[in-house]
Amino acid sequence: MNEVLMRIENAKAYYKLEKVSVRAVDGVSFEIFEDEVIGVVGESGCGKTTLSNLISMNILKPLTLVEGKVFMKIDGKFEEISSMSREEVKKKLWGKEITIVPQSAMNALMPTIRMAKYVEHLAQSHELNGKELLQKAEKRFEEVGLNPLWLKRYPFELSGGMRQRAVIAIATILNPKLLIADEPTSALDVVNQKVFLKVLMQLKRMGVVRSIIFITHDIATVRQIADRIIVMYAGKIVEISTMEKILQRPLHPYTKGLFNSVLTPEPEVRRRGISVIPGTPPNLINPPSGCRFHPRCPHVMEVCKEREPELREVEEGSKVACFLYSEERT
Amino acid sequence: MSRLVVENLTKIFTLGFFSRKRIEAVKNVSFEVKEGEIVSLVGESGSGKTTTAKMILRLIPPTSGRIIFEGKDIWKDLKDHESIKDFRRKVHAVFQDPFASYNPFYPVERTLWQAINLLEKKPSNKKEALELIKESLVRVGIDPKDVLGKYPHQISGGQKQRIMIARCWILRPFLIVADEPTSMIDASSRGGIIQLLEELRKEQGTSIIFITHDLGLAYYVSDNIFVMKDGEIVERGHPDKVVLEPTHEYSKVLVESIPKLYRKLEGL
Repeated sequence: MNEVLMRIENAKAYYKLEKVSVRAVDGVSFEIFEDEVIGVVGESGCGKTTLSNLISMNILKPLTLVEGKVFMKIDGKFEEISSMSREEVKKKLWGKEITIVPQSAMNALMPTIRMAKYVEHLAQSHELNGKELLQKAEKRFEEVGLNPLWLKRYPFELSGGMRQRAVIAIATILNPKLLIADEPTSALDVVNQKVFLKVLMQLKRMGVVRSIIFITHDIATVRQIADRIIVMYAGKIVEISTMEKILQRPLHPYTKGLFNSVLTPEPEVRRRGISVIPGTPPNLINPPSGCRFHPRCPHVMEVCKEREPELREVEEGSKVACFLYSEERT
Repeated sequence: MSRLVVENLTKIFTLGFFSRKRIEAVKNVSFEVKEGEIVSLVGESGSGKTTTAKMILRLIPPTSGRIIFEGKDIWKDLKDHESIKDFRRKVHAVFQDPFASYNPFYPVERTLWQAINLLEKKPSNKKEALELIKESLVRVGIDPKDVLGKYPHQISGGQKQRIMIARCWILRPFLIVADEPTSMIDASSRGGIIQLLEELRKEQGTSIIFITHDLGLAYYVSDNIFVMKDGEIVERGHPDKVVLEPTHEYSKVLVESIPKLYRKLEGL
């Protein structure tokens, strides 16, 4: 097993509103290893994007880290990044250790600011030599399959797929260890999706980034590159497992439902048919008692309504939070 | 029996005032939809699939070619108001964006009351009409008291799309044209919408045209797939043939690039 790059311990990140809190990430613990790709999947509103904000320490009000700690290995030793001030985070973490390709990254660039300007901004904020950085950017542009001349152009002159690659090139100039990609492919057509995945894996092979977190609702896409997968439901992790294992035998009833709703052009899919998870995801202001999935679960038992299942290892490398797999089921 | 026949359909948009620029959005498209058949028009954005759908829905006129629905050319033989109204009763559209299909100022059931007004045999009183609305909602798996009297922003996208299909249970159309009906709703509720449309077809022999970029969806539901590229149908046939043994270069690339669940893409 590789070494741990990041450790998240019982993190609770709530959106604190005037009277209520939206419990978007509620007691989540996991590790990110070096040299791995982790996929995070779940329906809209399950806390995926909040999780990415938490990992990248982009915590702005009303989002608050209520409880828990996040550690990251920086220069060989673990530092608690969740206690850093925002200034420190900006200086030490962003761009250097962690980088993020946000949702709709293709619109992340201001259409009327030349791409080279973003590189200058990066140099300023990290107090680096602008010229050197620009040379690095040119090299990186080539590596992601873009002509370096595009750096002098405006973002609106590029197609969606090219803009996506430009964003990832600029985001990885400083060789960050961890790259977080939040729904990067959902606005691209399938051909560009494939190109993007290729670029991502190439950057990892070249050692530009060490580990990748790929957040998406599209399981078929994340399946292509992920080593491990985290399934989230209503702010909680319900299952963590390796990709191959989860494909062969998903454990949590929610994971089963989610995988069976995937439609890809494959004979297996046509044979197995399509199944539906009844109902809708719960409101995170006032989530259901016990297991949050119990109102929609086909295997619901009495204990599920009263107590919350813990995320525990049931097979090597597979953790699941479900009473079906514990002795306390009676 | 064929319900809809599309023959050599062409649509050319001309742009500009002096320098006439011609865009051939749809080129010589022909296909047929039988009673109770589900067909899919698959293609990327700009392939002309939505333009084709709009012509079939009698929203924009074709440049040339014919669309024959139930033995009548919908652009030549439907002349008076009554026959057009009859066409609207028999052909129903479900659009992509459930948020844009509703007027935010009115409760959602207004779309269902409008459907009742279209009916040939209208219910004799309001109470009967309301019963019909409730029944249609139950058919699409919605508890009437969850949505009646609510405004569009108070219900979810999946529910909105379901109410659009509830309309189909009131009107019992012969043909449904569904333009990307599932692309804006979550994967877990997508299956439900598809199942509802399949039920309609089973019970009433409704023919359905799916317009989609999602070959996975098309492969799963259709009896016939037509792959469109730059306004032309480049590949057609049974889903197994189109997906497992594509012959045209474009459909080959398309099928290869789609991420699969049970196998990995090559060359990543």
